[in-house]
Amino acid sequence: MSSLQTFLAMGGYAAYVWPAYALFFIVLIADTVAPRLRRRRVLRELSARLARQQARQDRAGGNSISTSPTP
Amino acid sequence: MNRPGLLPACTAMLRRDLTLAWRRRGDIAMPVLYALIVTMLFPFALGPEDTLLQRIAGGVVLVTVLLAMLLALDAMFSSDIEDGSLEQLVLAPQPLALMLGMKILAHWITTALPLIVIAPLMAAMLHLPGVVIPVLLLALLLATPLLSLLGAVLVALTAGTRRSGMLLALMLLPLCVPAVIFAAGAVAAAQQGLPWLAPISWLAAALVLAVVLAPLACAAALRIALDA
Amino acid sequence: MSNWIPLWLHKLGSPPTFYRFAGTLQPWAMTLALLLGAIALYGGLVLAPADYQQGDAYRIIFIHVPSAEMSMFIYAVMGVAAFIALVWRIKLAEVVAMESAPIGAAFTFITLVTGSLWGKPMWGTWWTWDARLTSELVLLFLYLGVIGLYHAFEDRRQGARAAAFLAIIGIINVPIVHFSVNWWNTLHQGSTINIFGQSKMSTDMLWPLLTMMLATKFYYAASLFRRVRTDLLALEGGKDWVRRIAEDEAKS
Repeated sequence: MSSLQTFLAMGGYAAYVWPAYALFFIVLIADTVAPRLRRRRVLRELSARLARQQARQDRAGGNSISTSPTP
Repeated sequence: MNRPGLLPACTAMLRRDLTLAWRRRGDIAMPVLYALIVTMLFPFALGPEDTLLQRIAGGVVLVTVLLAMLLALDAMFSSDIEDGSLEQLVLAPQPLALMLGMKILAHWITTALPLIVIAPLMAAMLHLPGVVIPVLLLALLLATPLLSLLGAVLVALTAGTRRSGMLLALMLLPLCVPAVIFAAGAVAAAQQGLPWLAPISWLAAALVLAVVLAPLACAAALRIALDA
Repeated sequence: MSNWIPLWLHKLGSPPTFYRFAGTLQPWAMTLALLLGAIALYGGLVLAPADYQQGDAYRIIFIHVPSAEMSMFIYAVMGVAAFIALVWRIKLAEVVAMESAPIGAAFTFITLVTGSLWGKPMWGTWWTWDARLTSELVLLFLYLGVIGLYHAFEDRRQGARAAAFLAIIGIINVPIVHFSVNWWNTLHQGSTINIFGQSKMSTDMLWPLLTMMLATKFYYAASLFRRVRTDLLALEGGKDWVRRIAEDEAKS
């Protein structure tokens, strides 16, 4: 058996050692990815809200120009 | 300003809550029925062997009582929140913790006391030896107020939320583990003919601590949950 | 009331300052966590010899023990932050307490599962009602209760304060649970588990373990910083400093 194979076999305990490590990494990666996705969503909502506000201001500004100079 | 003294306020609070509970007698009967039904299911699920039922009887009665109390816990403050009388209580000049303590006492009298009364019946259904029943009752007398007090704090915390049934169970579980362990431990010890005073004393000590601290914590929790 | 808090702490407690501060430290903490974690893994999986009693199965402890330690460490951090949040009503403390809870729950979950994966070959069962295991399970429920209560409120800050209160009740409760479970164990003569057996750990095994403990600490810091930054953006949505960040982000 090559050294890599003995390493992967973990002295016969591979079925316990590797799932433990896999779970450790899966949970921590999920813990890392979830806030990233949430951050992206929060920022998207924020910029959408900003865009809406901007549009409303523009519209309000345009109205005031068009309505104010009534002769 | 002439405000009523503490003792009249306490008795008024207690009488009000008991009257309200009495007007809805059917609600008091529900946990009792629930406990009886759950107890009845155990022999069906596990088989009617005396030895097995005897072994689990103490634990089953305790856990069933706990679940029945949990069922009624949700309603401890809900009607008072709906009609706004809880907010009146928060604003009242009397110390909130004391008033809440009275409410908890009233709740214990209306939900836990009936359960303790039928506990010997539940124990008999599971063939618990007669000599152990006084210990079981003593354990219940100490453990149920403890659960009411702990539960009240958690109910107060969830006062600002809409649906809280399952959440309450999740929150109460870690807190009630010691109470269940000592209460069931006392019953198990009595059943094996071992001294059972130590776990009962631990329960009593915890109860004394909870009687002092839980109403204060409940008041603090209510203030957090009600003010936005 | 807050006059004896040092000024720098007060400044750090302001959301925009902490947002920037956490943003600078976060990559460093993550780099350190990955670096130390890689060293610890190499030391633990390759360099350390097999245990003479447990064979290679003991290598699970290189993640199990640090996770168990983190599950309690994070609860302590959460409790302290919850206390600060309730006494001084500092928004940052609320956020730190609430964002610690999911990380702590993740580590508690890892501890439970790796523990049972280690237990199966060692004592032939996935689960025993050992005092330490049971306490850890109760800890998981405490975390879940805090998370659940936080999300049950519609108002984030109110939910954070209620959940902070629950976290403090839990901190009082943990020693009581541990004591009662210990007592229960002696009553029922359950098995007691000693991960390290009678033998003391050799240095070959000890240094990867300690390195991993350090790595998980840095990981927690990095994850907490990332979560707190996101939460601050969401909470402070209307403020100018958040608006500027959102605009910058939209441009790039």
